[in-house]
Amino acid sequence: MPANPFNNFTNYGIGIGLRIPHYHHILEQKPVVDWFEIISENFMVDGGRPLEVLDQILEQYRVVQHGVSMYFGNADRPSREHLKRLKTLVKRTKTPWLSDHLCWGSVDGRYTHDLLPMPYTFAVARKTAQNIREVRDYLEIPICVENVSSYAEFHASDMTEWEFLSEVVERADCGILLDVNNIYVSSRNHDFNPYDYLNGVPHHRVGQIHVAGHTKFEKYILDTHDHPVLDPVWRLYDHAIRHSGHTATLLEWDAHIPSFHEVHDEALKANQYLGEVEAAEKTDPVAARR
Amino acid sequence: MTGVLFTPLTAGNDMQRRFRDRPMRQVAESFIKPNDRLTSFERLELYNRQYWFRVLDGLYEDFPGLRAVLGEARFMRLAEAYLAKHPSVSFSMRNLGSRLESFLRAQPKYAGRRLALALDMVRLEWAQIEAFDNAALPALSSDDFLDTPPVRLRVMLQPHVLLLELGYPVDNLAIAARQENSGMRGEASNAVEESSSRGTRPAIPLPKRERIFVAVHRHDNMVYFKRLDPEAFAIVRALRDGATVVAACEKALRRADSAIDWASRVRSWFSNWAQLGWFGRRK
Repeated sequence: MPANPFNNFTNYGIGIGLRIPHYHHILEQKPVVDWFEIISENFMVDGGRPLEVLDQILEQYRVVQHGVSMYFGNADRPSREHLKRLKTLVKRTKTPWLSDHLCWGSVDGRYTHDLLPMPYTFAVARKTAQNIREVRDYLEIPICVENVSSYAEFHASDMTEWEFLSEVVERADCGILLDVNNIYVSSRNHDFNPYDYLNGVPHHRVGQIHVAGHTKFEKYILDTHDHPVLDPVWRLYDHAIRHSGHTATLLEWDAHIPSFHEVHDEALKANQYLGEVEAAEKTDPVAARR
Repeated sequence: MTGVLFTPLTAGNDMQRRFRDRPMRQVAESFIKPNDRLTSFERLELYNRQYWFRVLDGLYEDFPGLRAVLGEARFMRLAEAYLAKHPSVSFSMRNLGSRLESFLRAQPKYAGRRLALALDMVRLEWAQIEAFDNAALPALSSDDFLDTPPVRLRVMLQPHVLLLELGYPVDNLAIAARQENSGMRGEASNAVEESSSRGTRPAIPLPKRERIFVAVHRHDNMVYFKRLDPEAFAIVRALRDGATVVAACEKALRRADSAIDWASRVRSWFSNWAQLGWFGRRK
């Protein structure tokens, strides 16, 4: 949805990830960008250049925080120390919402630094929703959870990924960061129809969308974030925004990062799809969401 | 699953064939579904590889000087043994190497005959990581000590100033090694790197033994190495440890050559350190 409780009733357009190779260009040239997404963990430090750059960015741009290590799906409760650091950053950035992944990644304080898939069971959904609520209550901002790309499925699962995602977000009453590239990657790795996924999630909870590139291997696809967005992913994006409306969209490009212009131009391709949805909404709002 | 992920790969970067007392294939099949292209083992292996490639790359990027000291192959053996013994306990990859010095002291075989040199380099490169993003206390101003008599005046050393007494001049080697690499840690990213890009480069000449005193510090958000005279180092170290300015100077200069004009030297040092912003006050 363009503006909803899960993105704090904002109406952000197309953003890109704030990445080190672009710092100089952004600070010197001050290009027009709707918003930047930062990886929270890169700025959960005590001082130095990361925070100075962030403060300069915050003077000119809107910033949304995206995390990679909250691990809502962990069996443990969220770390209070981690939450304290995160809240300090939230106060600094004034991010309207915060996102992290629907995954697990650490056990007994030992970190994998990966976004590990979860068994899709009701018990896991309940625990995950409880963790999300705890994080939201502590941080006092809306949370959107992102579906991850995965390369393995568990025997223990008793529902599809999109049913699990829906179960979690309904129980937690939180938003969704819908990553259409991750849906595509997982659909190819696990042989499901990605449009079933898109049709099966609660669209009114989508607060943000991610698009990204991936890499095809002989037997699987890897979520590499090192390419332009491929056509099948743009088609999924088109389908997603026909359900969720003109939603804040972000391009992720994290490896082999090209020039700022190349990344931004790639992100702005989303405009052609958003424009069509916007036009359709003006003409017939009900039909546009079908 | 984490038990499997934290298990090191084989020499050929494959998943181990056994996990504890069971065949790994059986372990994987017990909880991972296969598909028509990949077995349960192969699917789990993707995650096992991702884990090890990610943490090894992290350590590889953070310690280019140690790589120059040990050589690529020995460094990778050390990194794997270290990470197997000490998996990451921080949300940030920045802290991966926090226990590398103590591990190397406990397991000197991984450094071979270059243990002392390797330890100096580990300490220097870890200090570099700390200096990069440690906190900065509010800067000390003259108002902060106007009312305090010198014998009671204490100053706080900034947390981003780290002091090292080293047996080898590894600072120059670290600079040379880092210049051959891409600089400080890049972005943490949730994306998967396609492959690791470790090349073979000509060896950098290793230094001969020489005692040096170094402050690793941050200035204008850049990390620098500053060599200090032994007396200057002793003063800063005493200040860091809580001594008053007078006590620090007296202790450091107790056995100093009386023919030298220490008063003017000390003034000049303090002036320089103050310009570099080394002193802060408690928040």
